[in-house]
Amino acid sequence: MEQLKFDYPSASRHVTKKAHVGVVGSGDMEILMEPSPTGTAHVSILTSVNGFSSSWKAVLDRFFAKYEGAVRIHINDAGATPGSVMLRLEQAVEVIEQ
Amino acid sequence: MSNTNIFPPFVARRSFIELSARERAQSLMDSGSWRELVGPFERIESPWLPEQGIAPQSDDGCVVLKGKIAAKPAVVVALEGGFQAGSMGEVSGAKMTATLDLAARDCQNGTTTAAVLLLETGGVRLQEANLGLAAIAEVMASLLALREHAPIITVIAGTVGCFGGMSLVAGLSSYIVMTPEARLGLNGPEVIEQESGVEEFDSSDRPLIWAINGGEQRVGMGVADELVVDDAERIAAAIQRYVKAGFPVVHRSQQVELYRNRIAALDTSKQFDPFSLRESWNNKKKEGVAR
Repeated sequence: MEQLKFDYPSASRHVTKKAHVGVVGSGDMEILMEPSPTGTAHVSILTSVNGFSSSWKAVLDRFFAKYEGAVRIHINDAGATPGSVMLRLEQAVEVIEQ
Repeated sequence: MSNTNIFPPFVARRSFIELSARERAQSLMDSGSWRELVGPFERIESPWLPEQGIAPQSDDGCVVLKGKIAAKPAVVVALEGGFQAGSMGEVSGAKMTATLDLAARDCQNGTTTAAVLLLETGGVRLQEANLGLAAIAEVMASLLALREHAPIITVIAGTVGCFGGMSLVAGLSSYIVMTPEARLGLNGPEVIEQESGVEEFDSSDRPLIWAINGGEQRVGMGVADELVVDDAERIAAAIQRYVKAGFPVVHRSQQVELYRNRIAALDTSKQFDPFSLRESWNNKKKEGVAR
């Protein structure tokens, strides 16, 4: 069990909606995405798989290279692969930006 | 030229099984009538799972909606089979109990409120042990209080099925709706095989499992009420009918003598087959064609 936190100060565009996607099943995860109270993006991750902090950072860096919404993200993870993580993030954005 | 007619009819159906617990619950309520109670953003998670190295879920795999079905007040509680096999922990159990209590309170205040339980669950969440057992006992107590006032409709769609302590909850409800893919039983096939050996029950034998626990057999035996194909619209229509019908005069679980006599009459000296059981218990040999 590992808790990770990342901040993305450059993501500061105001958002208004919330999104909840995914399920904490094997190889999957859930995302809670909502407007950030500080005005910039924050990510917290609770994962049952230890030792993949750099992989999480790489996926999130790539995600926030394109996405500029000031969101607070919480992820409960049951071993999603980096590809699944990116798809879930994009799915949450689809909900929040529609 | 349109070639849509080359597709079999099930292609046009909206599968209920493929929906998440939240989508299932939403699909059953009158559009725009519902709101979710204790939703994922309230973050009421299991405090016990992280201590055991397991990621929790923000709704603990239990979705509660309050709204209307067929224009009548109703609550829907849906268990998410994808999270810990829909198992009942302290939080998910408390959510289900509180929802049934809320409906009972509304009934007592003059607003008859039906409850629909979407059970995809292996029963008690073993990681939460006694708290899970206690939670199911509380659910049953609250269910018995509510069914004096309003119908409780259990839906078992699949693919997890409904086992363990939650099969008792299903048994206490007013009506049970199943799909042919669903299973209902007290001990799951793996549990029986582990406890009594593969000679007793081969948990890899799918035809055997469905011949005993499957929706067609359970409805055929008369221990569940209706077999519906995996179609969100048809399942919603069945539930609307039961909500309108109200609770039955006598619940199945009150017919103790009937079932005691049936079990006493079984000839255990020879192996009885699923069809003869349907015939002797329900007088309907070929019952079980999904509507």
